[in-house]
Order: sequence, then C-alpha cells, then structure tokens
Amino acid sequence: MKSESIKAALLSVIIFLTFIGAWYIATLPRDNGPVSTADAEYAALMGKGAEKSGGFPAPGKVGQAFVEHLADPFYDKGPNDKGIGIQLAHSLGRVGLGFLLATLVAIPVGFAIGMSPLLFKAFNPFIQVLKPISPLAWMPLALYSLKDSSVSGIFVIFICSVWPMLINTAFGVASVRRDWINVARTLEVRPLRKAFLVILPAAAPTILTGMRISMGIAWLVIVAAEMLVGGTGIGYFVWNEWNNLALPNVIFAVVMIGVVGMLLDLAFGSLQKLVTYRE
Amino acid sequence: MTPHFLTVEALKKVYPASGEKSNPPVFEDIHFHIEKGEFICIVGHSGCGKTTILNVLAGLEEASAGNVIMDGREVKGPSLDRGVVFQGHALMPWMTVLANVAFAVSSKWPDWPKDKVREHCTRFLTMVGLGHALDKKPAELSGGMKQRVGIARAFAIQPKMLLLDEPFGALDALTRGTIQDELLKIVQATHQTVFMITHDVDEAILLADKILLMSNGPGARIAEIVEVTMARSRTRAGIHHDPQYYKIRNHLVDFLVNRSETYSGAEAEMFHDSKNPPLVQPGLEGERAPVFTLTTEKGISQALHAKHAINQ
Ligand SMILES: Nc1ncnc2c1ncn2[C@@H]1O[C@H](COP(=O)(O)OP(=O)(O)OP(=O)(O)O)[C@@H](O)[C@H]1O
Ligand SMILES: [Mg+2]
Repeated sequence: MKSESIKAALLSVIIFLTFIGAWYIATLPRDNGPVSTADAEYAALMGKGAEKSGGFPAPGKVGQAFVEHLADPFYDKGPNDKGIGIQLAHSLGRVGLGFLLATLVAIPVGFAIGMSPLLFKAFNPFIQVLKPISPLAWMPLALYSLKDSSVSGIFVIFICSVWPMLINTAFGVASVRRDWINVARTLEVRPLRKAFLVILPAAAPTILTGMRISMGIAWLVIVAAEMLVGGTGIGYFVWNEWNNLALPNVIFAVVMIGVVGMLLDLAFGSLQKLVTYRE
Repeated sequence: MTPHFLTVEALKKVYPASGEKSNPPVFEDIHFHIEKGEFICIVGHSGCGKTTILNVLAGLEEASAGNVIMDGREVKGPSLDRGVVFQGHALMPWMTVLANVAFAVSSKWPDWPKDKVREHCTRFLTMVGLGHALDKKPAELSGGMKQRVGIARAFAIQPKMLLLDEPFGALDALTRGTIQDELLKIVQATHQTVFMITHDVDEAILLADKILLMSNGPGARIAEIVEVTMARSRTRAGIHHDPQYYKIRNHLVDFLVNRSETYSGAEAEMFHDSKNPPLVQPGLEGERAPVFTLTTEKGISQALHAKHAINQ
C-alpha cells in the first residue's frame, strides 16, 4: 500500500520531467539567423512580455515568471499591474460571496421542496428550464440591471452555483429514510429540532456533494466572467497578459487557476468526509 | 366493567389502490384490548397486516375505520406515551449510541440538564449490556447490539406502552436468546405494557401473557386469543420442562399451519365472532394428540413457508 504510493509519486515526477523535457526540446531556438539588434531594441521598448512574441515560451521563461510572481504576490502598482495574490483574492472574494448567497437561498428552498411533494412539482419546471442556461448568458441582463461589473460577476456566480445545491438539497431531504422520520415522529420532536438534528445530518452528504459541484462550476465560471467584465481578478489577469502577449504570465496564471481549483475541491472533499456517515 | 388500558375497536385498513379497482382491506373488524402491565404478542403469516396494526397503535398510520383508545384518550398521532422499537433498529448512524438514546430522552424531558440526560441514558444502556459502547457509532456495532440500543432508546423514555415490531427478527438464534432473556428481565422488573410482533412461536410463549392469533389476509381478523397460563417467572432454559409448553406450542403451530386461512368470508361468521374472539387456554387443556407435530424449528418454518407459498 505504502510502497504503491511511493511508486505512484515517482511515476508522477517522471511524467512531469518528461513533459518539461519535451517542452524544452520543442521550444529550442531554431536556426533562422541571429535576432537582429533592431528587433531586440523593439522588444525592449515593448516591455518584458513581447521579447519573444514569435515562439511559444520555453520552460525557463515560464519558470522565471513563476519565481517573479510568487516572490512578490501582493504588490499593487495601479489598476493594470497587481500581484497574483491580489488578483486571486478578488476572484475568490467574488466566488465566495456569490456562493454564500447561493447557499443561503438554495438550502432553505431545497429543504422546503424536498419536504413537500407539492412544492417539488410546482418548482420543478422552473428549475428544469433555468438549470441548463449558461451562467454567462445572464451577464448582459445582470450588467444592465445591476449596473456594476463586480456585482454582476457575483450574480453570475450565484446563478451558476444555486442549481446543483438546490437540486441536491431537495433530493437529499426527500430521500431521508422513512424510519428516521418515524423515530422523530414517535418522539414528538419539534419541527425545527427535527430539521436540524435529523433531516439535515441525514441529507448532509448529498447536500455537500451539491455544494462541491457548485464550487467547481463557480471556479470555472469566474475566470470567463472576469475576462468579460474586466477590472480585477484572475480572469482579468489572464486576459490582460494575453493582450500584453506575455505568454509566460498566462501559463503561470493558468496553472494557478488549476491549483486554486484543486485546493477548493480538496476543502469541500474533506468537509464532505466530515458529514458522511457509515450505516 | 372497568375500562381497559388500551382498546382497539372495529379497526380496518384499506390501502389506496394504484390502479382502477380498489384494494381489499388488509384487515377488518379487529377488536382486542390490553391491560396495564400485560405483555401481548401477535403472530400471523407474513403480510397479514401485523406491522400495519402496530403502526396504527403507534399513531404513525391512520386506520380506515375503527379506533384505538389508550388510557381514555383516542390515539390520533404518534406520542411519547408509546415507545416504538422498529423492525430495522432505525438508529441515526451519525450519532453515537449515547447520542441516539439522549436524543429520545431530551425530546421527552427538554429541561433536563446534560448530565442528568447522560446519567439516565447510561443507566438504560447498561441495562441492555452496552455500558461499554456508549461512544461507538451504530456502524461499529453488531446487529444484536444495534437492536439493543433501539430497545434502550424505547425504554429510556419510559413510555406507557412499548410497541415492538419483530425486534429480534434479523438476529441469529444465539443472540436472540440472550436479548430475549434481557427483555424478559427488564419487563418483569418494570411491569411495562408491551405489544410485540413476532414470527417465532417459542419467543411468543416465553414472553407473552396473551398471544393474539391473526388469520390470513386480505380481510384478516383476530382469530383467537391464547392465554399463556404458565407461571410468569419463566426462563428460556426452564420453559421446556413445563408440560404446558408443548400444549401451547402445538396449539399455535396447528393454528398457523392448518387453521389461519379459514377466518374470512361469510361462512366464517357462523362459527367466529370477531368482536369477541375466543380466549383459549391450551396449556390447561387435557392431554390430546397434537394435530400437527413438528419437533424441529426448521421443520416448522418450512411448513409455514410452504403454507404461505400456497396462500399466495
Ligand atoms: N404502503 C402500502 N401501500 C399498499 N399496500 C401496503 C402498504 N404497506 C403494506 N401494504 C400491504 O398491507 C399488507 C400488510 O402489510 P404488513 O406490513 O402490515 O404485513 P406484516 O403482517 O407486518 O408482514 P410481515 O410479517 O412480513 O412483516 C401487505 O399485503 C402489504 O402488501
Ligand atoms: Mg411486518
């Protein structure tokens, strides 16, 4: 068991090194003559990003970008030049706020729908129609009615995270074992106590699965949303660096998006483990 | 006539049909009563409606007709006065053993301080031999231990009546024996009123004061009430030495195998009065040849199954 995970880790390292090696070889400078001094001057004028706009950046360059950004993640030099930490914090803030609002709506409403077959039937057509709409499709409406790009971003996160949570909560609540409900009934447990001590813990694993899915979607959507509305955030950072043609920075940002997404998922995974019970 | 502790009158249950035609009643014209401190068992073939009757007594299900009166009041919904031990233990798996019982106890006595609840729960869990497993989760317990937690939970709220739905059905014979002994001890000490469903004839004779025999459904009735006339201080080991034991046992098995299907329909009304099902005392009857003798446990259950298969 243990030796297997060591082997797996070793294999991961090998895969990573092979990938970097192949990347290195693929981006070796080709023999199309020395770079003219004029080009070099032009590049210097255009700033750090443009020096090698012709080719895909080599691993060394990207590594350098990683070191530079991670050495000082929280600097702030005006609206177009902020550290990666600040950009991520903006994105996480929007995701957190939108997600929190979605939780506040989805869990009580999901509870009600799950408890009452009548409400379930009444809400179902709306949920079915609203669920498949791409959250970005709401963006124009949000910008028009909310008149603020940052608030619109939060709204988009809200609307995309609300459905998985709502559906999972309703499903989890509706499928609580009849026996447990009957125990609560024979004990004349008051409704609130029943909701918090019986139904909620019984449905918690399903609800958390919904929250985990929602968080995954929210993190996917925030990047796209920030590319659209601009200003701050990791999505805007990617877009901005692309406009600067600073590909090493773009690659760095892409990896950071992946790492943060993974950490969020891990966090929800351990929360899920916490509320899962064995029967 | 003094009023009984619990009276069941003309109880009938029809489940709504899923298709066009209506379902026949599961049971109808069910009359019986229970006195305070009595231990009543009900036996009958699978599907005759025992669980449904128990759920009506518990207030978890509504009868289609008839009523149940306990302690002078009509049973309309579930109540802390009636503790239920469910067929499938029904413990909350996210709570520890202690928390499961404490949940029940603090539902009954919301103002009790924490240590009083804990002390009370511990006492009842110790009574069923689980004093060492307070902080375990149900998943870490064996089937028999889980069932005992369910029993402790029902006893801990000190209900006026206990309702047990085949509490030992899922257990192996050995475990069942020990838990039966425990239940017997507790009931003898507390004089608890109990209504219990069982499939096990020996269990019924060991525990019950009276055994209700239920005929086959649809349209099941209480066919007979068998009084267990042996001394109340029975033990599982000693019961076999009592000559009454085999008479009662033969009577029950004879009913289940030969007579249980003859109690519905018009002609049954000529010899059977559902309002006053005959109270019989087979233990005190003179020696007579058993109508149907099967000595091994296996033989009996095989016969029951065969019978059941034919009925379906
Ligand atoms: N919710 C329901 N809807 C329709 N029919 C039901 C429902 N519950 C039970 N029944 C029917 O009622 C009858 C009695 O069921 P019940 O569970 O009371 O039987 P039982 O005597 O407890 O059987 P067993 O000994 O197998 O537990 C059965 O024929 C069953 O099909
Ligand atoms: Mg049953």
